[in-house]
Amino acid sequence: MSSPAPALASTTLAGARPLVAVVVFPGSNDDRDAQLALERLGAEAQRVWHDETELPEGTSAVVLPGGFSYGDYLRCGAIARFSPVMAAVVRFAEAGGPVLGICNGFQILIEAGLLPGALRPNMSLAFVCRDVRLEVAHSGGAFTSRCRAGQTLTIPVKHGDGCWFADAEKVEELDAAGRIVLRYAPGENPNGSVSDVAGVCNEAGNVFGLMPHPEHAVDPLLGSTDGALILGSLVDLARRLPAAG
Amino acid sequence: MLVRPKAGILDPQGQAVESSLRHLGFAVGDARVGRLVELDVSAVDESEARVQVERMCEQLLANPLIESYEIELHPSA
Repeated sequence: MSSPAPALASTTLAGARPLVAVVVFPGSNDDRDAQLALERLGAEAQRVWHDETELPEGTSAVVLPGGFSYGDYLRCGAIARFSPVMAAVVRFAEAGGPVLGICNGFQILIEAGLLPGALRPNMSLAFVCRDVRLEVAHSGGAFTSRCRAGQTLTIPVKHGDGCWFADAEKVEELDAAGRIVLRYAPGENPNGSVSDVAGVCNEAGNVFGLMPHPEHAVDPLLGSTDGALILGSLVDLARRLPAAG
Repeated sequence: MLVRPKAGILDPQGQAVESSLRHLGFAVGDARVGRLVELDVSAVDESEARVQVERMCEQLLANPLIESYEIELHPSA
């Protein structure tokens, strides 16, 4: 568990700081935490309002943060997916750009059809807010390059609608393809998700969504720095890719 | 439009409602909680209205993976 690099150390390498767009929807509330975490991990993170029709020039990665976009009306993420910026995010993802959805961001990516399955109300019907232990089920992918397969991470969850669902056939297909990237550790599942799924990626591996909040676990003061392994993997990837736009 | 969880999909809201009704002494089973959406549509006839409403359900109002929907049309004067 490495401590995140201090922001000052990386500002001296201006060219090496990839631009990460953090999309802000009405009702997003983890955008500033995501921005701070990404900046401490060596990225230049820019918050982008949902009304924009293009991502900032030079965007190397996109993060959809947590929150309660549009009050979670209808189904979580169902309305946010039609925000103007989402057309640009879909184009960016289809061109191979890395896109990470955290919690409500995960819900939005699922509603947008970029990730498989559905997210339902927690089986307990209770909002859960606590640290959970996760297992890295698949470490070869872009978003877990700083992790080892089977590694246990401690990262908090805070959600009411995190019960990921897909039918048994789909789960088997995703598992065989290494697309179930994160699972809750045995006995830790906070929401009743099928097959203990905590995070899944798309077929190409460049879009990833998870219910836990890595941006809340990047400083020892918060109890864990394991979230930096996920966000750091994203920054590493963004640094290697040519910027879009 | 009546939107409800598909058969076989776990419905924790339905379970909570069922359990509460049982506590009140009602002998009920298989409670499901869905949602009702009422709206006015402008269309030349009923079949055009139905096509529009089906598209609304597919694109936004229901998640076809986990929810089914029924449509009721009431022509206005």
